[in-house]
Amino acid sequence: MLSHRIIPCLLLSDGGLVKTRKFANPKYVGDPINAVRIFNEKEVDELMVLDIDASKERRGPDFAMAEQLADECFMPLCYGGGIRTAADARTLFSLGVEKVCIQSALAGNPGLVREIAERAGEQAVVVSIDVKKDWLGKPKLYSAAGVKPPFADWREAVRGAVASGAGEILLNAVDKDGTLSGPDLALVREASSIANVPLIAAGGISSLADIRAATDAGASAVAAGAFFVFQGPHRAVLITYPRYEELRALWS
Amino acid sequence: MDVTIIDCGIGNIKSVKRMFEAVDGEAEILKDPAGIEGAKRVVLPGVGAFDAGMGALAQAGWIEPLNRLAAEGKTPILGICLGMQLLCRRSEEGVKPGLGWIEADVIRIDTGGDPKLKVPHMGWSVTKPARDNPLLPLAEQEEQRFYYVHKYRAVCDHPADVLATATYGTYFTSAISRGSVYGVQFHPEKSHKFGKALMRRFLELPC
Repeated sequence: MLSHRIIPCLLLSDGGLVKTRKFANPKYVGDPINAVRIFNEKEVDELMVLDIDASKERRGPDFAMAEQLADECFMPLCYGGGIRTAADARTLFSLGVEKVCIQSALAGNPGLVREIAERAGEQAVVVSIDVKKDWLGKPKLYSAAGVKPPFADWREAVRGAVASGAGEILLNAVDKDGTLSGPDLALVREASSIANVPLIAAGGISSLADIRAATDAGASAVAAGAFFVFQGPHRAVLITYPRYEELRALWS
Repeated sequence: MDVTIIDCGIGNIKSVKRMFEAVDGEAEILKDPAGIEGAKRVVLPGVGAFDAGMGALAQAGWIEPLNRLAAEGKTPILGICLGMQLLCRRSEEGVKPGLGWIEADVIRIDTGGDPKLKVPHMGWSVTKPARDNPLLPLAEQEEQRFYYVHKYRAVCDHPADVLATATYGTYFTSAISRGSVYGVQFHPEKSHKFGKALMRRFLELPC
C-alpha cells in the first residue's frame, strides 16, 4: 500500500531554477517552467517550488511565476517564498496553487497560519522549519532569510506550527541540503514524534533507500532536490523521478 | 459548455477547469445560481469545513436550484472532496444538514490505530471500483490511483450507493453515486492521467 509522497522540491532564484548546498552556493540548473513540465510528465506525486530570494529581498510572492507553474501541474503544487499575508495566500490559491509554504512571515505575524487555514483549510498550509546544527552539534532553528525565529527551540517551533493550524511540517536538515549524504534520521524521528500532522522530511536524500529510511523514521512524505536534478559524481543536470513500480516495491 | 463548475468560494476551481480543458472539455465557472438552468453537467468542488461549505452554498442561493436539478435526475452532478461530503445527510464535522441526496453520513477517518498514519490522509491511494460504473469502469485493467486530502469519510446506508473504496489504515468509501449524482472523495483534477480519464468519462455521461 503506497501512501508516502515523494516530492521534488525546486528552488527559484533570479528567475531561474537553482540547487543549493547547505542552503548556500545556488547553482543554476535550468528553466523552472520547463523543469515543472518534465516533472508533470513523470507523474510526480506532488511538487514544491520555493522562491529563496523573496524573503531575503523583503518582497512578496512572484504571482506571475506561480500561475505559470500551476498551469503545468496536474498534481498538487505547493508554493513558498514571500507569503506575508492571508491575501497573498488567497491570490496563490486562486491561481491554481493548492498549498502555501510559510516560514519567515511567522516571526512578525504568528497568527498567519491560523488566518489562512480558517479559510482554505489546514491542509493548504505547510510550515517550513529549518534546523541547523551549531558548533557543538546541537540542532538549532535556522533562518536563511535572517529573520529572528519566534521560537527559541526547533521542537517548540514544530509544536507551535501544529498548534497554530499547520496542515503539514516541512522539516529541512540544513547541513544535509544538497549534499546527497543521506537524511538526518534522528531529527526526522524526533520531529515526527512531536508532530501529529504529516511531516515532510527534506535534506540529504540520495537514493530510494534513503527515502525508505526517512519514512521508516516517521516521515509521511519525503522531499528532495539534488536527488531529482543531478546525475553522477559531477552533478550533471538531469531531471529524474523514480517509476511508480520502483516506489511501490520500496514499501511492499 | 460541456460542464459548469460551481464557484461559491470553497474550492480550487481553477484546477478543476484546467483539468476538464486538458481533456478537451468546455468548462465554465459559475458564480450566480441563476445561470444553472440549462447546464449540461455540474461539478461541485470544495475544500475546507462542512458547515462552511453548506453555509457558502446557502448564502449564495445554490441549495434550492441544486435540489431541483438533483430531483429531476437528468443532469450529471459530480461532487469533489468536500463537494462529495455535502451530497450526504450530515457530518460529524459540523451541525448543518447536508444536501442529503445520498443516504450517507460523514464521519472522521479511522486509521485503525496505526500511529504512523497521520490525519489528514494526504497522498495517493489505490482506488477500486465497488461495482461497474461509468466513472471507474471495472473493465479498466490498470490500477487506479488518486490524490486524497481529507479527515472525514462517507458511510452509505445502502451498499449499492458505494462506487469505489480505498484503504488508509482501514477500508473506506472513496466514491459514491446514486442516479445522476456522483461524489468522489479524492481530487481527480490533481491526479494526472487517472484524473484525466475520470474527467473525460464524466464528460461522456449522457445529459
